[in-house]
Amino acid sequence: MKRPVLVLICAVIMGFSGTQAAAYDYKVDDPYVATIVGTPDVLEWKVPEKIDYELLGLKVFPDRPTPDVFWYQREFLYTLSYQKQEAPLIFVIAGTGSSFYSSSMIFLQKAFWGAGFHVICLSSPTQMNFITTASATSVPGNIVEDSQDLYRVMTKAWEQVKGRIKVSEFYLTGYSLGASQAAFVAKLDEEKRVFNFKKVCMINPAVSLYTSAKILDGMLLQIDPNLTPEIFDRWFDERIAKFGEIYRMMKQPQLDHDFLYDAYRVLHKKGQTPRRENMAGMIGTVFRLASSTMIFTADVMANYGLIVPKNRVLGSADSLTDYFKVTNRISFVDYFNEFLYPYSQSRNPALTKEALIEGTSLRSIEPYLRNTPKIFLMDNEDDLILTPEDLSFLKNVFGVRAKIYSRGGHLGNMTFRDNIADLINVFKN
Amino acid sequence: MKRALCLMLLTVFVFLAGCGTAPVRKEPEIPAKRPVSEYVKPDVTYAIDAYDPWEPMNRRIYNFNAIFDNYVFLPVVSGYEFVLPGLVRTGVTNFFNNLTEVTNLMNSLLQFKFVKAVNTFGRICINTTVGIGGLIDVATLNDGIERENEDFGQTLGFYGLGPGPYLVLPILGPSNVRDTAGLVVDSVVYSMMVGELIDLTGLDSPEDAILNYSLTAVYAIDKRSNEPFRYFKTGSAFEYDLIRKLYLIKRQFQIDN
Repeated sequence: MKRPVLVLICAVIMGFSGTQAAAYDYKVDDPYVATIVGTPDVLEWKVPEKIDYELLGLKVFPDRPTPDVFWYQREFLYTLSYQKQEAPLIFVIAGTGSSFYSSSMIFLQKAFWGAGFHVICLSSPTQMNFITTASATSVPGNIVEDSQDLYRVMTKAWEQVKGRIKVSEFYLTGYSLGASQAAFVAKLDEEKRVFNFKKVCMINPAVSLYTSAKILDGMLLQIDPNLTPEIFDRWFDERIAKFGEIYRMMKQPQLDHDFLYDAYRVLHKKGQTPRRENMAGMIGTVFRLASSTMIFTADVMANYGLIVPKNRVLGSADSLTDYFKVTNRISFVDYFNEFLYPYSQSRNPALTKEALIEGTSLRSIEPYLRNTPKIFLMDNEDDLILTPEDLSFLKNVFGVRAKIYSRGGHLGNMTFRDNIADLINVFKN
Repeated sequence: MKRALCLMLLTVFVFLAGCGTAPVRKEPEIPAKRPVSEYVKPDVTYAIDAYDPWEPMNRRIYNFNAIFDNYVFLPVVSGYEFVLPGLVRTGVTNFFNNLTEVTNLMNSLLQFKFVKAVNTFGRICINTTVGIGGLIDVATLNDGIERENEDFGQTLGFYGLGPGPYLVLPILGPSNVRDTAGLVVDSVVYSMMVGELIDLTGLDSPEDAILNYSLTAVYAIDKRSNEPFRYFKTGSAFEYDLIRKLYLIKRQFQIDN
């Protein structure tokens, strides 16, 4: 524990500024490797092993029936980690397709709890549990509406727990898409004033959801510019065969959904650097797996008829394998063009595609972001989901409220000790 | 105990029957904009495909397992973890690991994996004596001898038997016909050995039977306690498919070495 405290003190002395006062010790300089491998265990911020937390459930829309195929999604789930004494409450929003169970969320939960905060961890509005139980439209991707959904569950969660914990003030953070949503939630809070967030910190946000999704969709094309399902399957089988080598070294091969990245972590420890196109392919695969669940879930919930025939009622024991094969062929941009946009337009005929794209970008709330003193930013020069224009937009808008690290890829350095020290420092000072 | 088992099986079947009701369709179906027929070719094998002719039954058992886990198994495991300190639980895990080494040894020998057999035999000797009846895993300490993992399903695979249809077992989870047969053989060997050990204690009926059942119960709880998997926590709508594929891949790796 001594080291992080020391780092924290140093960070406090140096202050939170746009320039880097000391050398940055996160060494992985390939953004693809950083994104996949993350931070080596020994360099991570030390979090408590065991924390006080509870899994809680909410009926956000009590009258909404649960389709049989999602029988296990009865209520909106979130976690509360609590302090025994009065403390600030921080809400944490997960990235695309991620739940509060994801390793990044559990890490942040422990880090904030260890720093003396109450913590409420929320799944992403693009995650299955959120779409089925807490999204008003069940069609995620419109960041303004998704943030309204977030604000609703935050309000209801707060009502549920406020008798049990003493809260001094409210904070908000999120990573990746969750960071972008945090900005919109903060703006909404300026009108609704339920929380009066004192500080908000965005970690590696997408500036434009559409652009970032396009970049991530494109990762798969680095496997082969003319990618067909056959080429992808062959490539994927090769990766699996390669993982066989790794399984030989692992004590207990786990049936873990995160295992695609884990295998690369093992390779990295052995000192191997996989080829760039394979790493890009794996990042694209993980994104596609997340977006395929999102698209399928939205399709069923809204009875839209994109993949599942409209009006078909799926049972709890029906095979979904064929739908999986189809959703794997649908990019996020396809989803945007063929589902989110026409769906939004059916409710608002004047809406153009350009307006929807613009509306899901941080640029649409630029004046707010520029003028509010409460929102801070942590990002990386080599973040894979940003274009150079996106990065200069962020630097320009946030100025001294931005901390830009030289390395880290997309979220690779989030659990690095300096980063968490800086993150906690944002809220503590 | 037998009555309890019957009751449990009955519950399973009542549940399965309950799930079988056909959904009511109110309005006529309209073909999807991205229809399966256009994207999925019947003659192509996809990465996610698996031989699963009993899929509807398997999915029901999978769902049953999730409910059983949630309302019975995991609460019991939580109670066990709450009552016993970590050190004691590690002792329990080590104890059962030592007992099950006998099937590791048998299956290593059956596959002519003599290095594994020697390692396993060494582990049994060290852990049973120095490790006080297997309570301490002395053999693994200080980069010692790692535990091998060879079961009869792998032995059958080694002799060229294919996995057969995928099978989700009640409570136990993912398997296939070959591995289920293997599980039966391993269980018989294991319980014969445990029966012999209980005879050594000189207990009479029904005390010996109570000891036997208690051991089985603690074994099951210990196993679940050490398994981090939780149903419907992957966040994927296609969890059943992904777990099925991962299980089959994992087993193939285990057979191959």
